[in-house]
Amino acid sequence: MNLTLKIWRQRNSNSKGEMKTYKMSNVSPDMSFLEMIDVLNSKIISEGKEDPVAFDHDCREGICGMCSMFINGQAHGPDRLVTTCQLHMRKFKDGDTIVVEPFRANAFPVIKDLVVDRSAFDRIQQAGGFVSVNTSGNTQDANSIPIEKNDADKSFDAATCIGCGACVASCKNASAMLFVSAKVSQYALLPQGKVESKQRVLNMVKQMDDEGFGNCTNTGACEVECPKGISLKNIARMNSEYMASTLKS
Amino acid sequence: MKKTVKIRYRPNSNGTSSIRLNFFSGYEIANGKRKAKRLIKTLPFHLITDPKTKDEKNQNELNIKKAKLLAKEWEKNLYKKTNNNGLIIDPKIPKGNLSEKWINHKSKINLVSPANKRQIDVIVVGTGLAGASASATLAELGYNVKTFCFQDSPRRAHSIAAQGGINAAKNYQGDGDSIHRLFYDTIKGGDYRSREANVYRLAEVSGNIIDQCVAQGVPFARDYGGLLDNRSFGGVLVSRTFYAKGQTGQQLLLGAYSAMNRQIGRGKIKMYNRHEMMDIVVIDGKARGIITRNLVTGEINRHSSHAVVIASGGYGNVFYLSTNAMGSNVSASWKIHKRGALFANPCFTQIHPTCIPVSGDHQSKLTLMSESLRNDGRIWVPKKLHDVKMIREGKLSPTQIAEKDRDYYLERRYPAFGNLVPRDVASRAAKERCDAGYGVNKTGEAVYLDFSSSIERYGKERALVLGLDENDTSLVMNLGKQVVKAKYGNLFQMYEKIVDQNPYETPMMIYPAVHYTMGGVWVDYNLMTTIPGCYAIGEANFSDHGANRLGASALMQGLADGYFVLPYTIGDYLSDDIRTGPISVDRPEFEKAEKYVRESLENLINKKGKNPVDFYHKKLGKIMWNKCGMSRNKNELKEAISEIKNLREDFHKNVKIPGKLNEFNEELSKATRVSDFLELGELFAKDALEREESCGGHFREEHQTKEGEALRNDKDYKYVSAWEFNKEPRKSVLHKEKLEYEEIEVKTRSYK
Repeated sequence: MNLTLKIWRQRNSNSKGEMKTYKMSNVSPDMSFLEMIDVLNSKIISEGKEDPVAFDHDCREGICGMCSMFINGQAHGPDRLVTTCQLHMRKFKDGDTIVVEPFRANAFPVIKDLVVDRSAFDRIQQAGGFVSVNTSGNTQDANSIPIEKNDADKSFDAATCIGCGACVASCKNASAMLFVSAKVSQYALLPQGKVESKQRVLNMVKQMDDEGFGNCTNTGACEVECPKGISLKNIARMNSEYMASTLKS
Repeated sequence: MKKTVKIRYRPNSNGTSSIRLNFFSGYEIANGKRKAKRLIKTLPFHLITDPKTKDEKNQNELNIKKAKLLAKEWEKNLYKKTNNNGLIIDPKIPKGNLSEKWINHKSKINLVSPANKRQIDVIVVGTGLAGASASATLAELGYNVKTFCFQDSPRRAHSIAAQGGINAAKNYQGDGDSIHRLFYDTIKGGDYRSREANVYRLAEVSGNIIDQCVAQGVPFARDYGGLLDNRSFGGVLVSRTFYAKGQTGQQLLLGAYSAMNRQIGRGKIKMYNRHEMMDIVVIDGKARGIITRNLVTGEINRHSSHAVVIASGGYGNVFYLSTNAMGSNVSASWKIHKRGALFANPCFTQIHPTCIPVSGDHQSKLTLMSESLRNDGRIWVPKKLHDVKMIREGKLSPTQIAEKDRDYYLERRYPAFGNLVPRDVASRAAKERCDAGYGVNKTGEAVYLDFSSSIERYGKERALVLGLDENDTSLVMNLGKQVVKAKYGNLFQMYEKIVDQNPYETPMMIYPAVHYTMGGVWVDYNLMTTIPGCYAIGEANFSDHGANRLGASALMQGLADGYFVLPYTIGDYLSDDIRTGPISVDRPEFEKAEKYVRESLENLINKKGKNPVDFYHKKLGKIMWNKCGMSRNKNELKEAISEIKNLREDFHKNVKIPGKLNEFNEELSKATRVSDFLELGELFAKDALEREESCGGHFREEHQTKEGEALRNDKDYKYVSAWEFNKEPRKSVLHKEKLEYEEIEVKTRSYK
């Protein structure tokens, strides 16, 4: 396959960025998108005219949430339920022009090229994304509280969020509601998490707002682009949790 | 080196001479250098300096005889503590019955008071299961913790990719599980090359891990009664594996990450994302801090502490292609190795049998298909070479091959364990079939993992439960697929995305790939390395899995070390540090270490050669896979040693790193990691060459039975190979920690 790539290049957070065009030839359809960028980078390095394209990646099996990239206007590219590292070139056609940008949001400042700073997500988790139990191991037996399978499954589905930020990048408001609601839901559905659920949702939402994420207007783009298929229902659940908490306090 | 007790006399002022026994007992490694250790013992009787009477002379003679006897006895005892090369290497295993060692040890070791803990800093490098759980627990106890990871968030450490599950001896299934059985399975699975006391402790605390994780809100899989579900993994005959679909590692890591977040929020953990440890700082023989590089700005920083914990994972990426994350590296472990920590059993690597086969030269990493799939999948290749040929040419599909023409080779060779034999056995069996020409993909390096019989079995069961017709094939298949989807949905999806084939309809193709490294930094029972104050936990250390790790045990070990072992044992060491006070980063040792780091980075970036870093990494990977992979022999290992050395020299001449030091520079980070892999690789091959036996994942072609099974040599090799760094890898010095088994009988491992 022969491809034309238009890639966002930006030296660091203080400098201005621009789109640059690269030609790629002999791309194998079995390559992953990141492996295609690897090939481009080795070409750039051997030519020695500029720095290789910086991008985040680590596990390359769709679970660590490190890779990002906004490809042809879609977070993680055209395929569904995958991260960029699992997107394969067979999803493109010979002669395609592919536009690659970083995940854009005020709360995700660009570090270099396609690398953005997503530490705002960590800070939201630090505000309440936990159960306040010590790690001494002196808790009760794991099977002492049965949990309805349905609730356990729903909690698990919410917990599969990988914190990649595709929801934020896809949202016209750059809202982090899907990310935050996934964590809130995971705990709200389990007896262990219920104890402090009231405070948790208030704290996490406050931190989310402080970080500069936008609000939710129920467009649903986040759910469509989420590589783990996190459901919009979690946002509804968070809203009801939030409402209940403000009414009670 | 002569190791005898010498008798010395020293005259006193009162006319007598005291008798002292002087023993050069070997050496310790301090700050990367050897330090002689002398033991002196003054005897409780003396000589008369100037004997005059016969009585006095007789008395003296008698006392000299006595001294000589005592010296001999002492010598005997001391010899036991030093090893072949004179290094003092003491695993510090507590005395007493195996089942009481940990309980007794915990109740006897020193504690640090809560007020004093606030005065003590601990550095943790790495935020996988071991690092995150240790950071959270140490901070909860009251220590000031500084934690470092190279990823953009601690939640991304590679533990997150663990799929299948975590073992615990809960016996919820009532199928005869117990602490002893988990302990025994792990020792046997490790082919009798792990330390008995450590493994027992691991089994002992395993149950606590599950309690802890459930309390933290980890959503494990449950049955319809609301209780926790279990499944089986290779090498065992019970169901003791707890799981959360195929994302168990993710859920456990996010649990540990949440516990960390709680402490970060309280200010007890200071978290440094996108920071890489470049070196350890040793002051007066003790680990006192690290030097780091900020991966965003390129800044070099000094960080001091009273202890340093290395939790940076394994070194599977020395093979280039592995199931490890792209960034996984050996550098933190290798840096401490070069400063005095012994590196144990580097050649013990796990090659996982069920991974997606390599598709081409562009490949950057391999993807694992969880071992849990072997609960329901059956592994086979065609019986006839003709069918193999037709499949490779695309003229025949595997579903068209009749049952009688399939060779379920694991079930054939190992009827007792069948598809659930341990990983090393399953991998070698796959290689054997493929080498014989039965591989089913274009390159001849793949076997089938087939779910059709379990889809049918589950479908029938569901049909019966739902009161539907169990003879309606399409209904049964549909129901069966739903059950399989509920169990392994994400794995099947992952397979389909990568290979572009639907595994519900056609069998998966799989082949072994490098997955985990059992070897690692040598630690004693307290998880301390040979650098006082420097600990290694999780995959970074060597202690629990011997020559082969059983499935679902890595998660168990990571969390056991971090939550339940290190937080106790580190207190014993830190109790000596309550008066030390803060450690200044202006000490000359910090300055020297920082200078060294700066110079080596400048050296690398100024090379301006012609080959990118990946060029060398790929080459190294090829050497490792071809000559130190699933089977090894003397000649090829020797070749590997010299090839790696040449490659390393070429790297330091001809590598090309674009960009600058003081900026985000991924190529530079890669270069520092690959330069360490190029050293480790050589030691790896040297270790494999030295170990003239086959055990676990280490298979030497020279040592096998007629049937091609591994042939262990307990007489000569029942020890841990702990290597001391000595200028360059080929000159590393071997130290042996003899393995003693008190509780179990060492037997030939059989899964037949």
